[in-house]
Amino acid sequence: MALDRNADDPRPYIERARPTHPSLIDSEHVVADLYHIINVPTVVWIDEGGRLVRPNDAQFGTDTFVQFHGKHSAPFLAAVRAWVREGRGVLPASELRAQQLLPSRETQLARAEFTLAWHLHRRGRTQAAERHFLRAGELSPHDWTIRRGSMPIRGINPMGPEFFKLYEEWKAAGSPGYPVPSLEEH
Amino acid sequence: MVSWTLIDETRETRAEVAEAPEAPLLSPAALRSAFAFELKPEGLCKGDLCVPVRDRSALVRAGGIDLRAFADLLGRPLAMDAEERLAVLGASPRERADRLASLEAPDFRLPDLHGTLHSLSAQRGKKVLLIAYASW
Repeated sequence: MALDRNADDPRPYIERARPTHPSLIDSEHVVADLYHIINVPTVVWIDEGGRLVRPNDAQFGTDTFVQFHGKHSAPFLAAVRAWVREGRGVLPASELRAQQLLPSRETQLARAEFTLAWHLHRRGRTQAAERHFLRAGELSPHDWTIRRGSMPIRGINPMGPEFFKLYEEWKAAGSPGYPVPSLEEH
Repeated sequence: MVSWTLIDETRETRAEVAEAPEAPLLSPAALRSAFAFELKPEGLCKGDLCVPVRDRSALVRAGGIDLRAFADLLGRPLAMDAEERLAVLGASPRERADRLASLEAPDFRLPDLHGTLHSLSAQRGKKVLLIAYASW
């Protein structure tokens, strides 16, 4: 599920990957809002009965950027196989609830400001949009779907100096993200 | 009265609004068309669900419903740009948190590259890894 502003931005990656699973576009960040997704990649584990079985987690399917973020894909992929084949790794409800990152007044207001900004941008009201994108980022500084997700919309390179400045601030703050138990524990 | 665009989570409506210094004032008709709410003796009601209104004078001014007071009563975030005449009423953090804490994965429908819609509920009976990523 691409948290991209349109189908064109992720299209080259999707077409190259040729997935056998559905590849969705969440341009309005509706699912990001429903699931409180604050970074990419985020993995949501849902069982056959439509129930959440693990908390949101930032895990990678390959080691393409491991030198940057340090998370190897092997433990994650092993955990996925163990879950699919043997049903392993499902957290008890109370433990799962304790690990869930839940939205707050500020994070929800940030999402509303982002939605407002996105609408303004599409109307060509670029300066007004910029004010609201910035406001969204102030309200939810650790939500990358807002702070980095807005960059392509605002004509800012999401791999450029503005991103790296935010990234250094985020690291200095302790890299806040999802509170997650180690995969190896299960 | 001026025309505003009012967005209820994702649903967009245009409605006539009286502009006031604090917040726009909605007529009962605009409140109904934009947000599906009505002010009744029981309170602010959407279908069968009513939120009691203890202080009507804070909510209703000059015959109109104060948009900010309305949002506050519902516990929902309001993002607004008065100059651009655009307001977004987002989902309440409490509602979102309760829903996630229920451990039932919220259903949704999204398009693929070809515009075909896919729902989560159509995947019932299979394990699902929902993976959010982006080109950024």
